[in-house]
Amino acid sequence: MDVPWLTLVVVAPLAGLPVLLLWRSISDEAARWVGLAAALVAFAVSIGMLANFETGEAGFQMVSKHPWVESVGLTWFLGVDGFSVWLVMVTTFMFPIAIAASWKIDHQVRRYMAAALFLETVIVGAFLSLDLLLFFLFFEALLFPMYYIIGVWGSKRRVYAATKFLLYTMFGSAFLLVGILWLYIESGNQLGKATFDLTALEQLQLSTEAGRWLFLAFFVGFAVKVPVWPLHTWLPDAHTEAPTKGSVVLAAILLKTGPYGMLRFNLDLFPEASRYFADAIMVLAVVGIVYGAIVAMMQSDIKRLIAYSSVSHMGLIVLGIFAFSAESMDGAVLQMVNHGLSTGMLFLVFGMLYERTHTREIADLGGIVQITPWLAGAYVVAMLSSIGLPGLNNFVGEFLVLLGTFSVDRVLASIAILGVILSAVYMLWSYQRTFQGPAKERWRSLPDLSWREGAIVAPIVVAMLWIGLQPGPMLERLRPTSELVSERIRTAQVGEAVEPLARTSGTGEEEP
Amino acid sequence: MIDPPRVELWAILPVLILFGGALVALVGSAFARRADQAPFALLTLATLAATAASALWLWNREPTTALEGMISVDRLAVVATLTLCGVGAFGAYLGYHYFERDELRRNEFYALLLFALGGMALLVAAADLIVVFLAIEVLSLSLYVLTALTFRRGPTEASLKYFLLGAFASAFLLYGVAISYGGAATTSIQGLARALAGTTGNQALAIAGALLVVVGLGFKVSLVPFHMWTPDAYQGAPTPVTAFMSAATKVAVFVALVRVLHVAFVGLQWDLGPAVAALSAASMVVGSVLAIAQSDVKRLLAYSSVAQAGYILSAFVAPDRDGIAAALFYLVSYAAAVIGAFGVVMLISGGIREQTGFDRFRGLGRRRPGLAALLTIFLLSLAGIPPTAGFVAKVFVLGAATSAGYWPLVLVGALAGVVGAFYYLRIVALMAMREPEGDDVADPSPLPRLVLAVPAATVVVLGIVPGVIVPVLREAGVLTW
Repeated sequence: MDVPWLTLVVVAPLAGLPVLLLWRSISDEAARWVGLAAALVAFAVSIGMLANFETGEAGFQMVSKHPWVESVGLTWFLGVDGFSVWLVMVTTFMFPIAIAASWKIDHQVRRYMAAALFLETVIVGAFLSLDLLLFFLFFEALLFPMYYIIGVWGSKRRVYAATKFLLYTMFGSAFLLVGILWLYIESGNQLGKATFDLTALEQLQLSTEAGRWLFLAFFVGFAVKVPVWPLHTWLPDAHTEAPTKGSVVLAAILLKTGPYGMLRFNLDLFPEASRYFADAIMVLAVVGIVYGAIVAMMQSDIKRLIAYSSVSHMGLIVLGIFAFSAESMDGAVLQMVNHGLSTGMLFLVFGMLYERTHTREIADLGGIVQITPWLAGAYVVAMLSSIGLPGLNNFVGEFLVLLGTFSVDRVLASIAILGVILSAVYMLWSYQRTFQGPAKERWRSLPDLSWREGAIVAPIVVAMLWIGLQPGPMLERLRPTSELVSERIRTAQVGEAVEPLARTSGTGEEEP
Repeated sequence: MIDPPRVELWAILPVLILFGGALVALVGSAFARRADQAPFALLTLATLAATAASALWLWNREPTTALEGMISVDRLAVVATLTLCGVGAFGAYLGYHYFERDELRRNEFYALLLFALGGMALLVAAADLIVVFLAIEVLSLSLYVLTALTFRRGPTEASLKYFLLGAFASAFLLYGVAISYGGAATTSIQGLARALAGTTGNQALAIAGALLVVVGLGFKVSLVPFHMWTPDAYQGAPTPVTAFMSAATKVAVFVALVRVLHVAFVGLQWDLGPAVAALSAASMVVGSVLAIAQSDVKRLLAYSSVAQAGYILSAFVAPDRDGIAAALFYLVSYAAAVIGAFGVVMLISGGIREQTGFDRFRGLGRRRPGLAALLTIFLLSLAGIPPTAGFVAKVFVLGAATSAGYWPLVLVGALAGVVGAFYYLRIVALMAMREPEGDDVADPSPLPRLVLAVPAATVVVLGIVPGVIVPVLREAGVLTW
């Protein structure tokens, strides 16, 4: 039976919206449950999608293609491959958790849940779109709900942070829009019918120069979202001011649209330019890894520290993408998932501590482990995962990225390893100052993790252990796609045209 | 023997109905100036409905020119007239509510509104420069008076400024018409096209004349550097009048620009594109940048309308039906969003004294969630953020500019959009993210909200399924004469 799994995953979170938007007098408690239920339904649907995913297939699967605005060539074109399947899974996995974690939000709950569900739909949509305009639509649509969440429920400087987030990312997507429109018009010239269809646009024969300019336009659009150093300055502000759930979604999922875009669009559409710019981008990525780590060390505010650690980790992901080996690409995608889990959990657990203490300053804390051992334990797990302890998820991803990069560029790989070591320094040091030492009198009466909080954290720990100990199931679904893409890029020569990508056609419904 | 001129009055039936309704309203208001305004409002709506019906009746006519080549009968005019009727209906309702709220009786409002619409409907069908001038004068004079209609100091001052600068525009336009006549020996746009192509008449004179006509029209749609009157007139005019004129004037005059730029200039050897692109880029940049510095919502929307005019013009560099369809889509979505936005501003401004400073909007999301949500939708559309019509419209016009090869213009447009997002969302931030201050004076009546939900729904529906009107607009984009 043909179930349109992908369309279902995209629209599932919207199921909660009519209730939240139209029923104005809904009680806060009911609104929370509606939000959580819709997010859980989406997760259940995504499990169905995963179960239908054909292992060993490199191309797009479960393709769903319907014309939307026929006169301009916009299609509702969704497809999933090894790259996107895991990003969708981590999105649908983290959203119910993030919603459960924001149970304590007490004003305008109805709108909060509506914004969250809308955000989930557009992020999942961005991961699954194979039509460039459709992708751009989702990519732009995620700005406003995120802006709203930071700006309304954030802390003191929330409006500043929200505006900065919005302007930075819109600045990037301005270039992306120009690039997409250029390709669209070019497809009209070359193929006879202008289209936004990714699989058709891959067939275009672009001149070297045009390919490089377009690559840059796309790259800037995605680099702001990643964020690639030196476009990262919006991230610490946005993370710090966002409410806990906002930070979790931002870190765990929203940032991933950047590297995903590079992987999906930059590499596929502009293979020659990708090779041409790879060295420069890898340098930027490594600068980001080391810079993020050093700046993280200097922070006195834990949320800022985690934010800068994100800059460092995201650098590693970009490094993995542009090293172009199958291992490093596997690692990069794995790291996108892992970073979502581990940084997401860091923000979650710290958010729980913040709800008790209302301070983000390291200097104000200390000795917490004696008062709330379970909470401290949860933080340790997240921290160790983030550092890359073998047996936990990050180790696998980092190892693959570094392995793949090492075979390409030993110097950069060595510097990147330095960054990974530094992550142990800043994380452990901050843990020591926050959780260990003599317990301060004012925190004596802090309660430990409640059952609700434990239930929120537990699934993430399970996922971390599963990926850390059993990466096989993930890798075997990922590998064919990354081999296909990396093979094509590696055989590309700078200055020469590249043959169009030969995808094996996937299974699924298709409408001509 | 001289043939008597053929009088095909059916071709201007929409215009005749509008003027007829206007005359009835005028005579009525002369006798019952301070009477209840409800009959006048109903008369206006009925006139608009009849106009829309007559415009639809013209849809399936063979495209042609009528009245000795003065009037064009085509689908472009039909689509524009229908849009104008929609805008006019909302303008009339907003005005009704505005005057009713303060118990003012200004029944000439409806007559003036219908006269302005009559001029606009004539303008969108004009195939001759004399008709263009005539129509522009009718709509302008009505708008000058509408601007001053409350007889307060602010509106009167605004009206005077509008009138003085508008008189300049009319002078440019008339001068342009005269010189074109010198060059082409005719005032018809087709004749001008032949002169510009160099087949008849004096080409140099024709070029000078046609460019002056463009300048005159540029004044009316507030393109930089002809935008100086816009902020004062928009801020000073009673808000329902601002809502009406910002939406309707742009629709009408841009359609006239379509005819001048796409028909008259089509045969010219040298390319007018770079000049159009420069005007468009200047409007987008200057309008967006100046809007940042405003602290009054009406003034901010005025500068934003300058930027929006730049976006619409950017589609004009593509001389094909896709370009025209893109501009039309932008006009429709802009008209819906801007009339809605000014409508909400009117409800918040608290009566005829009109306080529209930013303070008024602080914390509105807490006090008046419905109004705040409506305004947010309109502002998102103006900022071009999905899933609203503004996003689709922006993609369409910039896509048209890309297809003509003007990618630097596209980049300017995309970046100006970032600035635009900044100032539009500042209002959203004020409403949603700040605590309320001062007294709540927003209009509590429920009916205006229901009415304003219609443009809001339009904006959202067109943002999600633009396909419902795109084929119609593409039909309208075919210029056959």
